[in-house]
Amino acid sequence: MAIIPADFELPLQLHPVKLSDMFSLNGVSKRFGSFTALHPLDVAFREGETSVLIGPSGCGKSTLLKLMIGLLKPDSGTIHFNNQPISPTNIQILRHQMGYVIQEGGLFPHLSVEQNITVMARHLDWSISDIRQRLADLSALTQFPENLWSRYPLQLSGGQRQRVSLMRALMLDPKVLLLDEPLGALDPMIRADLQQDLKEIFNQLEKTVVLVTHDMGEASFFGNEIILMRQGKIVQKGTIKTLVNQPTDPFVKDFIQAQRQVTVIEGNNP
Amino acid sequence: MSRHSLIRFCFVALAVPLFATRPTDDPIVVGSKKFTESVILGEIIMQTVQQTSFEAIHRRELGGTRVLWNALQGGDIHIYPEYTGTIRKEILAGVAMDSGMAALREALRTQGIGMLSSLGFNNTYALGMLTRTADTLHINKISDLKRFPDLVLGFTNEFMDRSDGWPGLKQVYQLPHTNVRGLDHDLAYRGLANGNIHVIDVYSTDAEIDYYQLKILEDDLMYFPEYQAVILYRLNLDSNAPEVISDLKMLLGTIDASAMSQLNSQVKLERKPESIVAAKWINETFGVTPTIEVKSRWQRIWQHTLEHLFLVTIALGAAILLALPLGIWSAYHTKTGQGILAVVGIIQTIPSLALLVFMIPLLGIGGLPAIFALFLYGLLPIVRNTYTGLKSIEPGIQESATALGLPWLSVLWKIDLPLASRAILAGIKTSAVICIGTATLGALIGAGGYGQPILTGIRLDNMGLILEGAIPAAVMALAVQGLFELSERWLVPRGLRLKRSD
Ligand SMILES: Nc1ncnc2c1ncn2[C@@H]1O[C@H](COP(=O)(O)OP(=O)(O)OP(=O)(O)O)[C@@H](O)[C@H]1O
Ligand SMILES: [Mg+2]
Repeated sequence: MAIIPADFELPLQLHPVKLSDMFSLNGVSKRFGSFTALHPLDVAFREGETSVLIGPSGCGKSTLLKLMIGLLKPDSGTIHFNNQPISPTNIQILRHQMGYVIQEGGLFPHLSVEQNITVMARHLDWSISDIRQRLADLSALTQFPENLWSRYPLQLSGGQRQRVSLMRALMLDPKVLLLDEPLGALDPMIRADLQQDLKEIFNQLEKTVVLVTHDMGEASFFGNEIILMRQGKIVQKGTIKTLVNQPTDPFVKDFIQAQRQVTVIEGNNP
Repeated sequence: MSRHSLIRFCFVALAVPLFATRPTDDPIVVGSKKFTESVILGEIIMQTVQQTSFEAIHRRELGGTRVLWNALQGGDIHIYPEYTGTIRKEILAGVAMDSGMAALREALRTQGIGMLSSLGFNNTYALGMLTRTADTLHINKISDLKRFPDLVLGFTNEFMDRSDGWPGLKQVYQLPHTNVRGLDHDLAYRGLANGNIHVIDVYSTDAEIDYYQLKILEDDLMYFPEYQAVILYRLNLDSNAPEVISDLKMLLGTIDASAMSQLNSQVKLERKPESIVAAKWINETFGVTPTIEVKSRWQRIWQHTLEHLFLVTIALGAAILLALPLGIWSAYHTKTGQGILAVVGIIQTIPSLALLVFMIPLLGIGGLPAIFALFLYGLLPIVRNTYTGLKSIEPGIQESATALGLPWLSVLWKIDLPLASRAILAGIKTSAVICIGTATLGALIGAGGYGQPILTGIRLDNMGLILEGAIPAAVMALAVQGLFELSERWLVPRGLRLKRSD
């Protein structure tokens, strides 16, 4: 279980935090043994915006997300959430304001759809009627049929599972959504459907979203802002236009180039 | 006895070791070793004590000299039959003393143990021949063997190896024989009967002496040590229960070697229960009729089932209570966890008999040490399965649970344990089956259970008795296995029992 140890220390705050930043990371780095997964980096995610993390496999995207939700403890630097530095003492409460979705959904196989979505609300002693109401709202939002509430994760399709995972993340109406390749395991048709639905949900909810993807097309579809990473470092941050027109590093061009070719090949084989 | 047997069993199992010095109105506990003669003597002693105002119980077929001696010293038993040679060579080995009963009695007295005089026979090694052969060759004493160097001698391996066995015998009597074979006791009798072997070693009260019509050769040079049968008792009986001791004194000198051989033969070869053989002997010798209770087969099975269940449930329950937290701890604290797994694994490698005997000095005899040993054996499967069950949960699932903001205890209780439930249940099931099997050894230290008829059956070479313990034990193991499979239905969450097919 990744819980931040009690001896976690808060370094001196070196960078002023902008009020409109939902997340701000200052000098955050992470090592696994002798391997540096993230070099010290500074990055902020603005309130209400959808940011996309993209980069080759192993560049540290998931690691960054796990640091933000406190599943990993940074080796250096501070992470502010909503202007509060996160620490082992407050992370559990702060998590109520974050929704987290991973590639395979991370659904609890022993719990029904309904139980999966409401486990946290029940832990917080919400009233039955509140839980029912919220569940119905979310089902409508994510277009998940209510008659499947009593099913178990194993009895759902991949796309349905991701919708349930999203409902679970949204149950407590969090301020931010951290989505780690939420569509990564789906086949292209369902994926396109869900991309569209997700975008509509994001627009409707006006939440701060940080989404990880492999796919440049998906990145530009969702992101106001795209953050391109490579080997534990942020290479460039900006809109898709900026990345295409003003690459700061040859890698940016190469990465976009490679992604385009893939798209073309995909396009030829519908 | 039968109505209160479980209560009494619980009492003896749990209370006795806790109160080494017992109040005098508790029953007198007679012990015996796991060979027929000792059981018969134990039965005679118990029935004699029952003639007094004291209640008596017989804890029969305990593991061996050490077990009985420790139990006697610890107060778990109060009286048991022993042999002077065993006292001298095993119990008081290393204690310097003169020969003779008086010196022995004095040495025991310093340990708080009293010894009555001989019951009337000396059960020692002896050499035996078919009476027919011996008479033809005019052999009466061991010295006579010297004249027949071509005779084939067949000895048990123990007798061949012991310094007070064949090596010393050969030297003292200057025996010239070269054709000496080491072999199993039963085979020796058979070899004797068909003429391949002419002389064998026996105990002077063996049941077979009568049956095979053996002649015991006189030990004319007095080579073999004395193994007079005597009664050992806790000295505090002298003051707490003087009438018991005075009644037991009536037994002294009343059983000679051939009488003992007869009694042994009635049990071993005629297959009569020890209690009946003992009662009959008491009746013939003293004219009193002991009331003995002979249980039917079903009564015995029922009693052994209760005893066995008692051992297994308590041991398994305790094992679950400790092993679950240990397994959970190990899964989340890799370093100490490996240590815990190693220790629990090592416990599992201790031979069960050794573990049982280790327990006696700490916990006495009876149910408590057996339960403790079973408890130790029960740990590993549960700890290991809990550990692997938790370890094999997909990290994404645990991370998702933590990311929701659930505190770790809720993650453990609501997510991790249900997901590991199948593995944990399988561990408990394995543990239960191991416990049921191993508990049969508990009879060796007086814990009762299905091991009791098995032990008796082995001793008497009685397949019926062996099966009386083995079959119910197997049935219990199967039943428990079935029970666990059923319990999966309500302990393992439905979502985990689904097939992908929908
Ligand atoms: N628990 C861990 N122990 C050791 N190394 C790790 C651990 N978690 C991640 N890493 C390493 O850190 C690096 C970054 O991992 P991360 O999961 O953040 O990559 P990613 O960008 O999400 O890749 P992908 O697109 O394949 O999901 C990788 O090289 C990975 O092998
Ligand atoms: Mg990743």
